[in-house]
Order: sequence, then structure tokens, then C-alpha cells
Amino acid sequence: MHNPQLNANGELSHLLSIEGLPRDVIVHILDTASSFLKVSARDVKKVPLLRGKSVFNVFFENSTRTRTTFEIAAKRLSADVINLDVTRSSTAKGETLLDTVDNLVAMHADMFVVRHAASGAPYLLASHLRRIGRDDVHVVNAGDGRHAHPTQGLLDMYTIRHYKKDFSNLVVAIVGDILHSRVARSDIKALTTLGAAEVRAIGPETLLPTEIKKMGVRVCHDMADGLRDCDVVIMLRLQNERMNGTLLPSAREYFHCYGLTQEKLRLARPDAIVMHPGPMNRGVEIDSDVADGPQAVILPQVTFGIAVRMAVMGILAGN
Amino acid sequence: MPAIELPDAEIQCAQLAELIRPELRPDTLLVGIHSGGVWVARRLQRLLDLDTEIGLIDVSFYRDDYRAKGLHARVKPSSIPFDVEERPLILVDDVLYTGRTTRAAINELFDYGRPASIQLAVLVDRGHRQLPICANYCPWKVVLDPSQELVLSTDADDRLTWSLAEHA
Repeated sequence: MHNPQLNANGELSHLLSIEGLPRDVIVHILDTASSFLKVSARDVKKVPLLRGKSVFNVFFENSTRTRTTFEIAAKRLSADVINLDVTRSSTAKGETLLDTVDNLVAMHADMFVVRHAASGAPYLLASHLRRIGRDDVHVVNAGDGRHAHPTQGLLDMYTIRHYKKDFSNLVVAIVGDILHSRVARSDIKALTTLGAAEVRAIGPETLLPTEIKKMGVRVCHDMADGLRDCDVVIMLRLQNERMNGTLLPSAREYFHCYGLTQEKLRLARPDAIVMHPGPMNRGVEIDSDVADGPQAVILPQVTFGIAVRMAVMGILAGN
Repeated sequence: MPAIELPDAEIQCAQLAELIRPELRPDTLLVGIHSGGVWVARRLQRLLDLDTEIGLIDVSFYRDDYRAKGLHARVKPSSIPFDVEERPLILVDDVLYTGRTTRAAINELFDYGRPASIQLAVLVDRGHRQLPICANYCPWKVVLDPSQELVLSTDADDRLTWSLAEHA
């Protein structure tokens, strides 16, 4: 089957999801990211790789952090970055997604970083670019609906590899609102591809997708059961907007059952690391003692995220 | 192509060290270009009794053929474990050919600061320069055809050896 992320030579042309990425492509991205990490630590935090290229951040859904980290990454590669607030401009006036893209291509865009509330929007863009014969323009998915958030998945893998070196013996627990989480889907795919020993999905029945078992994970509804002897705990943000529905009784109740406290964390291995994609809701999914504690690697994740996004853009723009 | 006799690369490292020795200043720092240049720089560090660490540089992010070749080869992190500001640097590589790698390395070094000077030490100058760059220290000059590739590698005993590959 044709892989929409790869070009005719089998090289990565778009990053749409972790699904379908060969293991060696993931490893190549992570290895390249470790070289970029050193660039960000220098006085001159810039390399000339994407000099003269135009990267368009096209965010149809609000996100400050992801957009900013993509912007920093592109600027450290010396690209010109254009941020489009499409929610307030052309789309509001009735322009379709593909018309917006055609206009930007006419402005000589080299790369699109796209976030959209609809799953599959980046794929639609990539296949449109192929149809109009513009294989030289690249698409990076910065989050689409509930589907995927591949750069977050990759930066999570970078973080885990940084602290744990090898995936083969790792037990990784992903806790919280997995149903609405594109991060969880990307993490599970990446962990499976990289050969993690066990991936556990922990959460209440109402926040776990029904098809979750097909993804090769162990489902736990009990937090204590799920955390026992794990090496990595990935906490997900409890999206406040979901609290109004019938999925959960209350934030307090949720914290009681699934919030990560020092006491619960003691069930994991003593050297377990705690991750969170941000933004955190302290006192809802994670206790401040844990978030600020010695096992949390939440801020290093942010630093690694820039290097990973530099690697993704550097590799795509060269293919 | 006429066959050429390939010299012993370890002996050449010793020759290169002797070329550098009279010019060496107490604050001179060596920077090796991945991967052959790093091997040579490590030997020079030992032969010249330098107690400072050597810098390692991978020019992948500074190459001028990125547009044509992309980012494929495994990029190794550059590591310059010292302040280059106002220090004399010697850039070390195995082969000097078009000069483009040297150009990229000089550009990268300037992103770490303003060195007092940069000199170039190589084991071989094989001709066909495309930029106005020449080596300050070089024990071997030979003119090779562009279809030939001179490759430095380490054998099982960690000795440096030359080999010559022919491209169609």
C-alpha cells in the first residue's frame, strides 16, 4: 500500500502520524535530534540548514506551546516562520482548507505545520500537494483531532530513551483521558514500534477508547494495579472541557482515583520517570509534589521537544 | 587509473605532528572533523602531549549540498568543550579535496565564538579545490581523479589505514 508519508524514494516527505513509520526512520529522527540538542545549548543557537525556506504555522485550533516550539525550532534552523491565525481570518470568511493551502503555496511556502480539530486534515493536505505535483512542499502534523500528535510522540520517545537508554525491558504506563488523547495514540504506536516490553493504559472505563486493546496495550482501571513496577509514567491532561459531560463525576473524584501523588508513585520502580505533555492541571491529574519532584522530567521534555522538531523539519526539508 | 602506493597513515600522523610542533602555542586547541579528522586529532593530541580536550565537529548542518543530499547520514553531535574566543585553533581533517567541508567547519566554529586564528592540518591534499582554501600542515600531496575516493579507516588493531575506492 502507498505510504502517504514517504516519497517515491521511500524517504520521509511528510510527518503525519507515527503509524506507518518504519523503526529506522524513528531512530534516525531521535539520533538527529540529539545533535540538535547541542545547538540549542550554544551561544549562537542557530544552524543554516533551512536558510531561505518559509515555514508556515497553520493552526486551525488554539495552541500556544506547540506553535511556539515549532516556531523556535524553525528559527533555530534559520527558516523564515510565518504564523497564521487562520481561525480568525480566512476560514472565518468561508475559505476551505485546500483553498487556504493553495494560496500559501502560491506564496512559495516550503513547509506547513498544521494543527486541526478534524482528524485527517494534515493527510488531506499532503495528498492534495501530491495531486498538484508539489512534492517539494512538506507537511508536519502538529495535532489532528483525536488522531495523532506525532512530534509529541517522538519527543516522548526521545525523553524515555534519554533516561532509560533501551526500550526492550521497559514497562510504560499512560494514565488518564486516553479517549480524547492524540498524544496517547502516538505514544502507544511509537512504544510498540520501538519494542517496549509492556504498555499499560490506565483510566476510567469512560475515558478509554473501546478499541484500545487492539493497540497491544494492557488496560487497567485500577491506578495501583497499573503503576506497579513500571519504569515510565506518562500522565495525560484531563481536558477540562470534558468535565461537564457525563464521563466523570468531578475533578476531586478523578484526582482521588487517577491523580498521581507521591504515595501512588511509590508503587512504580524507584527510578521511574514521570512525564506530562503539558499544560498540567495541578491537583487534577498530578499533585504538585510529583510535578516538582525529583522523578519528574516534564521540563526536559520541553527542551527535547525543540530538538526533535528541528530534526523532523531538517529531515523533511532535505527530502 | 594508474595505481598509487598508499602510505602508512600512522607514520603520516607522526609527520603531521612534527610539522605542527614548531608552530604550536601553549593555548592552541585542536578541532577534529568527524570522523577521519577526529581520529587524526586524537593521535596529534597524544603525539604533541596536549592536555587540553579536543573539539569534535560534524558539519552536516552546515553543508552546502543539503538541498541535493538531505540529512541522511548519521549526524554526530558537535562538541566544542572549550571557549574558542581569542584562541588559536587547528582544524584537523583526513583528506582535503574540494574545500567545502573545511568551509562548513569554519562557519560552524564561528557560531561558537571568534577564534584568534584557524589553521588547517590534513593528512593528504588530493587536489581539485573548488574554494580558495589550503592546508597549513600537510605531509602528503597527490593528485587523484574525481572518480577515485581516498578513504581513511581504522582496522581491528585501531590502526589508521588508507584505501582507494573507484567510482563508476
